[in-house]
Amino acid sequence: MVDQLEVRRGGRRVLRGLSFAVPTGEVTGLLGPSGCGKTTLMRALVGVQQGVSGRVEVLGLPAGTPALRNRLGYVTQAPSVYGDLTVAENLRFFARLLRAPADDVAAVLEQVDLADHSNDLVNRLSGGQRSRVSLAAALLGQPRLLVLDEPTVGLDPVLRRDLWALFHRLAATGTTLLVSSHVMDEATRCDRLLLLREGELVADNSPQALLKRTGAGDVEAAFLALIDSRSDLTNAEVHS
Amino acid sequence: MTSPISPAATQAVAGRVLTQLSRDHRTVAMLLVVPCVLLTLLWWMFDGDERTFSRLGPPLLALFPFIVMFLVTSVTTLRERSSGTLERLLTTPMGKADLLVGYGLAFGAVAVVQAAVAVALTVGLLGLDVRGPVWVLALVAVLDAVLGTALGLLVSAFAATEFQAVQFMPAFVLPQLLLCGLFVPRSLLPDVLSTISDALPLSYAVDAMNEVQTAATWTSDLTLDVAVVAGSGLLALALASATLRRRTA
Ligand SMILES: Nc1ncnc2c1ncn2[C@@H]1O[C@H](COP(=O)(O)OP(=O)(O)OP(=O)(O)O)[C@@H](O)[C@H]1O
Ligand SMILES: [Mg+2]
Repeated sequence: MVDQLEVRRGGRRVLRGLSFAVPTGEVTGLLGPSGCGKTTLMRALVGVQQGVSGRVEVLGLPAGTPALRNRLGYVTQAPSVYGDLTVAENLRFFARLLRAPADDVAAVLEQVDLADHSNDLVNRLSGGQRSRVSLAAALLGQPRLLVLDEPTVGLDPVLRRDLWALFHRLAATGTTLLVSSHVMDEATRCDRLLLLREGELVADNSPQALLKRTGAGDVEAAFLALIDSRSDLTNAEVHS
Repeated sequence: MTSPISPAATQAVAGRVLTQLSRDHRTVAMLLVVPCVLLTLLWWMFDGDERTFSRLGPPLLALFPFIVMFLVTSVTTLRERSSGTLERLLTTPMGKADLLVGYGLAFGAVAVVQAAVAVALTVGLLGLDVRGPVWVLALVAVLDAVLGTALGLLVSAFAATEFQAVQFMPAFVLPQLLLCGLFVPRSLLPDVLSTISDALPLSYAVDAMNEVQTAATWTSDLTLDVAVVAGSGLLALALASATLRRRTA
C-alpha cells in the first residue's frame, strides 16, 4: 500500500507521487527502464531508503517498523551474501538472525536448486548461482512479503522458468511478491504489473488488461505505446 | 533504538566474522605475527640496552595491537557495506548494537590471542622486565586492541570507501600516538597539548603500561587508566551504533 510516495535522492525527485497497492498472494511485476526508480521504490518499501515522504504501508504497518523485519525478505539487485563463506554458512547465519528454524536452510537450498553446492564457497560460484544464494537467504523464515530486485538477471531460460514457477508456488501459499525486471517479456509471467518511468507510474494493471487497453501485441510494445501517448499529451499541453 | 542486545544475534555475528577470518590465513598471520616482528625489531635496535627496551616495550605492546585492530576493523566493516550485506542485515530483526558488539567480540577474541603471543614473546624470549604482574600487561594489550576495534567501527561509519578508511589512520591514530607520552612524557608537554593528551584514550593505555612497568602491585592509578580505556571502547561502540543508519541515501 503506497500513497503519494515521493523520494528525493541527491537533491533530485527520483519517485514522484506514486500511489498503488500490491495485492496479497499475487506476483506483482515492477517494470521500467534502467534508472526509472525500481530499486529506490523497493528500498522505500523495506525501510532502508532515506528522504521518503508520503505514506508507505507494508502488511498494514508503516514501512521500516521493527515488527516487519522478520516478515519480509529483500533481495538486493547485486547479490548480498558473504563471498568467503560457503553457501550453507551464509544461510545458517541469516537463519539465526531471522530466528528461522534450522531446517529452513535445506528447504530454501532445494527451492533455488543449489542443494548440490551447499558446501561451496560463494566466491567460487557463477554469477547466477550467487544471485540464487542471495534469493535463498531472503526465503528463510517464510516471509509474508518478498521484495526481489531483478532476481532473474543473467539466468538461463530454464532456470528463469523454474524461478517464476517458484514465485507462483509461494504466492499460492499466500506470500505477496514484488519482483522487478527490465526484461519486458517477463511481464506476462506476473499477475499484475506496475510500469514505472522516470519516477512516475504509467500503468498499474494486469498484463492482459494492459495489452487490451493499448492494443499492443506484447508488453514491450504496450509500454512504448503508453509512453508515446503520454508524450503526445505533454506536447499537446505545451502547444495549447 | 532502545532494543536490548540479543545474545543469539551477537553470537551469530561474532561466529560469522571469525569463520570468515579463519578462511583468510594471510590476515590471521598478519594479525599475530606483525606485532611480534615489530617488538623483536625494537629489541634488536636496542641491542643489549635492556633498560631502554624495558621502557619502550610496554607502551608499544599497547600501541601495535591498537593500530592493527583499528585498520583491520575499519576495512572489514566497510567491506560489509560495499558488498550490500549491511543493507540486507539492516532489513533483518538484528539490532544495530548486535552487529557492532558481535564485531567487537570477534576481534576481541583475536586480540586475546594476539596479546598472549606478543606478551609471551616479549617477556619470555626477549627478556622484557616489568615490576608489575605480567597478566596486567596482557590485559591492557587486549583492552587496547578492543579500543582499536571500537574506534575502527566508529570511523567506518563515516568513511565511504576503503581508501578513505585507511586515510583515517593518520588522521585519527597518529595524533594520539604523538601525544600519548611515548615521545615526550605527558607531564612535560605544553599545557594545551597536555590537555588534549588527557582527552585521548591512547594516553591512558600507555599510562597503564608504564604503571605495570614501575609498580609492583595493582595501583589506583592503574584502575583509573584501565577504566578509561575500557570506557572509551564502550563509548565508541555506542557512538558507532548511534551513527549507523538503517535508512541511507
Ligand atoms: N545513492 C544515490 N544517490 C543519489 N541518486 C541516486 C542514488 N542511487 C540512485 N540514484 C538515482 O535515482 C534514480 C533511480 O535509481 P534506481 O536505482 O532506483 O533505478 P532502477 O530503476 O533500479 O534502475 P536499474 O534498472 O538500472 O537498476 C536514478 O536516476 C539514479 O541516478
Ligand atoms: Mg535497480
